Amino acid sequence: MPVQDFEQLFQDKIDNEIKIEPKDWMPEAYRKTNIRQISQHAHSEIVGMLPEGNWISRAPSLKRKAILLAKVQDEAGHGLYLYSAAETLGMPREEMINDLHSGKAKYSSIFNYPTLTWADIGAIGWLVDGAAIMNQVMLTRTSYGPYARAMVRICKEESFHQRQGFEILLVLSRGTTAQKAMCQDAINRWWWPALMMFGPKDSESTNSDQSMKWKIKRKTNDELRQNFVDMIAEQIKTLGMKLPDDQLKWNTERKHYDFGEIDWDEFWQVVKGNGPCNKQRLEARRKAWENGEWVREAAAAYARKRADRQKDKAA
Amino acid sequence: MNFIRKFYYGDIPDQKGSDEIKDAKNPLAGGRGAGHDWPLWEVFIRSKQGLDHKHAGSLHAADSQMAIENARDVYTRRMEGVSIWVVESKYIHASSPDEAASLYEPANDKVYRHPTFYDLPDEVNHM
Ligand SMILES: [Fe+2]
Ligand SMILES: [Fe+2]
Repeated sequence: MPVQDFEQLFQDKIDNEIKIEPKDWMPEAYRKTNIRQISQHAHSEIVGMLPEGNWISRAPSLKRKAILLAKVQDEAGHGLYLYSAAETLGMPREEMINDLHSGKAKYSSIFNYPTLTWADIGAIGWLVDGAAIMNQVMLTRTSYGPYARAMVRICKEESFHQRQGFEILLVLSRGTTAQKAMCQDAINRWWWPALMMFGPKDSESTNSDQSMKWKIKRKTNDELRQNFVDMIAEQIKTLGMKLPDDQLKWNTERKHYDFGEIDWDEFWQVVKGNGPCNKQRLEARRKAWENGEWVREAAAAYARKRADRQKDKAA
Repeated sequence: MNFIRKFYYGDIPDQKGSDEIKDAKNPLAGGRGAGHDWPLWEVFIRSKQGLDHKHAGSLHAADSQMAIENARDVYTRRMEGVSIWVVESKYIHASSPDEAASLYEPANDKVYRHPTFYDLPDEVNHM
C-alpha cells in the first residue's frame, strides 16, 4: 500500500475516535511529536518534585509533611507512567534521561521558580496542579492509547493535589495577619507563571495545526487558559484573597473573565533557560543520578548473583 | 510538510528551546550505569479478589522481585491491587495489527454463535 493510503487510514481512525496503539502504523511525525510531548511531560513531573521537595523537611506539622511526601511521591509515579508510555514508541528510557540531564530536553518552565515560603506549597497545589489538571483532563482523550491511559491514572490522583494546596491556603487565609500576608504574597508570585504554563497565545502560532488534526491536543492554549482563569477567579473568593491583575473582570457578553496581558518576555526568558532556578534544577537532577549510581550497580550485581544461584540449584 | 511548529501547552518545540547546556563532564555521556541493563517488565494487577489480572503498565527493574516491589510503589499506592504479576516484556508475543482482518475473519460470519440469532416465541421466558 502506498504511504498516502496508510496516512488516510490513520487519519480515518483518528477522525472516528479510534485510539492508536504502539504497534499500529503511524506517520513518523506523529510518533516524534508524541515522544517529545510525553517525555517533556514526564520530565516535568520529575523536575516538579524539586520545588516541593524543598519544603518536606520544613512542613509545619507531621500531618502536612505526610501529605506533602505523598504528593511528591505521586509526582514521581506520574513521571514513571509517562516514561513508560514514551517507551512504547521506541524511545529508550536511558536516552530520555540523558536528554534531560544534558539540557536538550525541555520540561515545564513553572518549575524554574523558587518556593520561598510554606504558602508557596499551597499556591503550587492550587494553581500549578490546577493548571496541569486542565491540560491533563483534556489529554485523557488524546489519540495515542498509552498516553491517554496514563492520563486517566494521573487525573485520578491529581484532584487530591489541588485540594490539599487550596486547603493550605485556606488555613493561612484564616490565620494571623502575617499568615494572611504570606498567603497573598504566594498567590501574587505564582499567578502569572501559572498562566504562562498554557503557552503562547493562539494568535502567535501561524503554522499548521497538526496536533489538533491528529487529536494529540484537543483544546488550544487560549481555551485552556480561559477555563483556568474562570475557575480560579471564582475559587479565590473563598480565600478572601486577590489575584494580582487589575484587569480581571467578568465579561457578561463573553460569559468569561477578561484578564490582563502576560509578560511574554519573562515567558521566553524562562523557556530559554534564564529563569530563577533553571540551573539549580538540572544540577539537582544530575546529582541525584550520580549519587544513585552505586545503588543501580548494587541492584544489578545482586540480580546477577541471584540468577546464578538459581542456575546452580537447577543444575 | 510543515509539521508541529505550534507551541502547545506541554509541548515546547525544539527550535524554541534553551541553548543546550554544554557540559563536558556529563556523567551520562557514556551511558554508563544508566540502568540500560535493567530489562523492561509488564505489570498486571488484580484489583480485587475474584477479578482477572489486568495490564497496568510497565517499568524497569533488575529482576522479578524488584519488579514486583517497584510495581507496588508505582501502581498500587492507593490499594489498587491485591495481587501483582510481572513478566519481562521480551516474553510477550503479540498479534500483528496489520493482520487483524484475516486473523479474526473466521468469527466474522458466525452470527449463530450469538443468542440473538434465535427467534423464540414470546411466552418462552428466562432463556
Ligand atoms: Fe503530576
Ligand atoms: Fe500533581
